[in-house]
Amino acid sequence: MKQTASTQLLRRVERPRAPSALSNALVFGWRAVLKFKHVPEQLFDLVMTPIMFTLLFTFVFGGALAGSPSEYLQFFLPGILVQTVVFNSVYSGMGLSTDLDKGLFDRFRSLPIWSLAPFAGLMVGDMLRHLIAGGIILTIGLILGYRPEAGVVGVVAAFILLLAIGFGVGWIFMVLGLIIRTPMTVMTIGFTAIFPLVFASNIMVDPATMPRWLRAFVDVNPVSLMTTALRGLMGGTATLTEIALALIAPVALTLILAPVTLWLYVRSER
Amino acid sequence: MKRFGDVKAVDGIDLVVPRGMIFAILGPNGAGKTTLMRMLATLARPDAGSATVMGHDLLTAPHEVRASIAMTGQFASLDEDLTGRENLVMLARLWGFRGRAAKARADDLLAAFDLSDASGKQVKAYSGGMRRRLDIAASLVVTPGVLFLDEPTTGLDPKARKDVWRMIRGLADSGVTILLTTQYLEEADQLAARIAVIDHGKKIAEGTSRELKAATGSGFLRVSLADPTRFDDAATILERRLGQTVQRSSEGAELSVLGGTAKIANEALADLIAAGIELSDFSMGQPSLDEVFFALTGQPASDDGSKAAVA
Repeated sequence: MKQTASTQLLRRVERPRAPSALSNALVFGWRAVLKFKHVPEQLFDLVMTPIMFTLLFTFVFGGALAGSPSEYLQFFLPGILVQTVVFNSVYSGMGLSTDLDKGLFDRFRSLPIWSLAPFAGLMVGDMLRHLIAGGIILTIGLILGYRPEAGVVGVVAAFILLLAIGFGVGWIFMVLGLIIRTPMTVMTIGFTAIFPLVFASNIMVDPATMPRWLRAFVDVNPVSLMTTALRGLMGGTATLTEIALALIAPVALTLILAPVTLWLYVRSER
Repeated sequence: MKRFGDVKAVDGIDLVVPRGMIFAILGPNGAGKTTLMRMLATLARPDAGSATVMGHDLLTAPHEVRASIAMTGQFASLDEDLTGRENLVMLARLWGFRGRAAKARADDLLAAFDLSDASGKQVKAYSGGMRRRLDIAASLVVTPGVLFLDEPTTGLDPKARKDVWRMIRGLADSGVTILLTTQYLEEADQLAARIAVIDHGKKIAEGTSRELKAATGSGFLRVSLADPTRFDDAATILERRLGQTVQRSSEGAELSVLGGTAKIANEALADLIAAGIELSDFSMGQPSLDEVFFALTGQPASDDGSKAAVA
């Protein structure tokens, strides 16, 4: 046994042909999928909050806010999808912070691979998370009586927009994850920043009754713009302008923060 | 891999590590060992100076450097949530092995490091020794030209330490250049063909274990006191007679000092007895690396190191 062991150990193994950047990224995506397998409880975290929100707002506040729970659900469901995706991005920042903390990224950084590949992989994981969480919320909505007027096409388009939103917002937490050493702090800062954006938006209520100064903010809040477009897509009333407005923030975040992420990653010396 | 096969680091520290050698960087905590390793592994950028690894310049060709090295840090750089096998398959794929080849490579490494039985367990369930073995295995997915091992046995029990040593020797036999840091004097003595002693970011000595010992002086007098409370008296007497600083062992009852000739050492012993200090043991001979370190830095090596040297 010892003998065979050492023979294998001593065998020289040369490097195979260098894999493509895409292949590198897919490996990290595969890692994210394995995480779902080994840490299924993360999914629980991921969907419990939005499920609670959906049930609470629909049945407790729904009647008062929109006349009846079912009418409110029709209004609220697209918004809760946006909220879910934005909240879930915080968790990926925490994951990154944890990886950096444990030195795992030291190994990745000393490998001859595409430098952005680990982040592309994290993004793949994020997208899967968003799809799973969004799918669960939508299913619950359908069970409770939500009906997307735009049908399957509208729902698919809405989910594509959701992924774009998740992709853009994800960069914020990549950057936070790179800057902040402790995962808990990433979470605290993340939620502190996100709560006002999510609540001072049109996700839960029509801003018509809000004071003017608040409405001024709500109307330009990117979360509101995203929610409006998503509602439009699922309801079959979306205009190109709405979709374009919803995409401003994700596109801008990607253009600005992807290079920042790379820069922070390459120069970080923990 | 076919280039010069040597490592040269310049940052107040000049090193030339020939290919296929085990080279140890010995120093106490905070001496700069880890920083040096991280610079050579492209994880940290030097502020000044230059270095080539396997003929590639660190600053201008970091990607080429990364393609020819592997590094195992002080803290296991593994994904704790994944199994040991998944960790290795992931790395094999990143290096470019595809599908079945990646799995086969992972299984080979697991077998080579006696981890086959634990291959399906999540790494968080691994013991310290298993983790370290997996971490080293993770550095060998593709045989590197140079393997950096940052304190490869810190925190391991004696058996796990011996296992890691056996693997390091095996790797060196297969032609891998190994640069390791350690604060265990015994480890450097056991493994390394050459040793650089560094302290406060500066190299204070370099050579083979034998050369370092010889440079310090050969006639080391060691004295064990029957009554440890007389330590200060004994030290004063020895220093007066021999004109050298006395080093105290970590256990407290043993003194060692560069003794010069047998005649002077004899007189020093006579002084001790005349002062009524009872000795439980004494000896004269080559200095240990512990004593070398003390002679070079003016301070004892860390406690851990001293213990390892005694063991």
